[in-house]
Amino acid sequence: MTVTPEEVMTVMAARELSDGQVVLVGVGPPNAAANLARRLHAPGCVLVYESGAIGAKPLHLPLSIGDDDLAATADELVSVPEMFAYWIGAGRIDVGFLGAAQIDRRGNINTTVIGDYEHPKVRLPGAGGAPEIAAAAKEVIVMLRHSSRAFVERLDFVTSLGRGGDAFAVITDLGVLRPGEDGELELTAVHPGVTVEQVLEATGWPLRVREPLAVTGPPTERELEELRRLRART
Amino acid sequence: MTFLSLSDAVAENVRDGDELALEGFTHLVPFAAAHEIIRQGREELALVRMTPDVIYDQLIGMGRARRLTFSYGGNPGVGSLHRFRDAVEHGWPRELEVVEHSHAGLAAAYAAGAARLPFGMLRGYEGTDLAARNPSVASLESPFGGERVSAVRAINPDVAVIHAQHADRRGNVMLWGLAGVQKEAVLAAKRAIVTVEEVVDELEPRPHAVVLPHWVLAAVVVRPGGAWPSYADGYSTRDNAFYAAWDEISRDRTSFMGWMREHVLEAA
Repeated sequence: MTVTPEEVMTVMAARELSDGQVVLVGVGPPNAAANLARRLHAPGCVLVYESGAIGAKPLHLPLSIGDDDLAATADELVSVPEMFAYWIGAGRIDVGFLGAAQIDRRGNINTTVIGDYEHPKVRLPGAGGAPEIAAAAKEVIVMLRHSSRAFVERLDFVTSLGRGGDAFAVITDLGVLRPGEDGELELTAVHPGVTVEQVLEATGWPLRVREPLAVTGPPTERELEELRRLRART
Repeated sequence: MTFLSLSDAVAENVRDGDELALEGFTHLVPFAAAHEIIRQGREELALVRMTPDVIYDQLIGMGRARRLTFSYGGNPGVGSLHRFRDAVEHGWPRELEVVEHSHAGLAAAYAAGAARLPFGMLRGYEGTDLAARNPSVASLESPFGGERVSAVRAINPDVAVIHAQHADRRGNVMLWGLAGVQKEAVLAAKRAIVTVEEVVDELEPRPHAVVLPHWVLAAVVVRPGGAWPSYADGYSTRDNAFYAAWDEISRDRTSFMGWMREHVLEAA
């Protein structure tokens, strides 16, 4: 089976989740990762969507976080102000997934603009739930494709803050980064077939490499089959 | 509250220059009402919405908005809102003032507005550029000691517009499914218009229902399908194919204007 970079990233993110965790899921790759985990090793994961669905069990991958399937299968539905105040803000999320257009060495992320704020080159969608999730979830996983355009020395805009410690990880299509003792991101693992040089090349600052560097296990046939079945049902 | 036609409800309640919130978090988005507002030529609007999706892309692309207050301006699962981007990046068809929040921030601002309090509170803005760029965000120490929190200025729109499933004959409105921030938007606004799928003799109790009594509403309009391409739980499902197609329709100024002419301006 030929595996796409996005599939590798999604499988690796799914492996980060343990059974029974409460997971806040956004659109895109995190949505696929969380739903994949629920079908494999973590059937008891509680999926929370910021649209107000708690404990959703979608049969297909929802396109938006407000698809009807989410409401129909949820244990509980709450309003958006309640979701952000009582559930996300209050720290009831075990793992929060975030995407990013840019990330810096402290794990701060930008989803707002590329270029100058007043006259942006690219206007991105903006913050959404990210700042609250970044601040309040017990653990944060950022998922994005690895490139020197995304991994930058200086963000054009700080939309949400990174953090040090064990409860933060960045999973890309090339490897895994975690904060070192001083809070700066370090490369802790590469995916099979990826070289350190490739990762350094795709990072816009001199990236530190943690020794010994791990190599993640390749996606299994079961993981890939289940992921593709999920995608086919979107 | 009075039952009105959509055109009368808009004519009586939405004015040029109004701060206007058409709410709906993916579900129950009031598309038909937005199209009527465009047809009636309302302009200089200060739009507010957590998730300005396709209807705000349309209002902005038609040059009807002077300002947008929002927290996530994308087409979920699809990509960009091209008309919104064109306005911010190139000032087409006019400059758009942007006031941006996080979801938590804008939700708190609506909730404070509904409670008629001066501000709402949350945590997530601390240390971000959002706090620095938005004059409606301030940092504040708890009067009871210790913790710093962010304050957001309350939002009290001139008009809120939402779509719901049921109204009874007196104009009490009930919606169910993902309820978004609609209750807060209606109670924060000076005037509220609700379009509904259907009028029923009695509102039957349902799980997760939100009921808005007739006396907090200015007008109720019967408009089956008024949320398409969004959906109304129990009546329709989200037309994801249209949201995907919008990417292509809206990418180009000419094809956007052509679509709007055919499907909004010249449609009754």
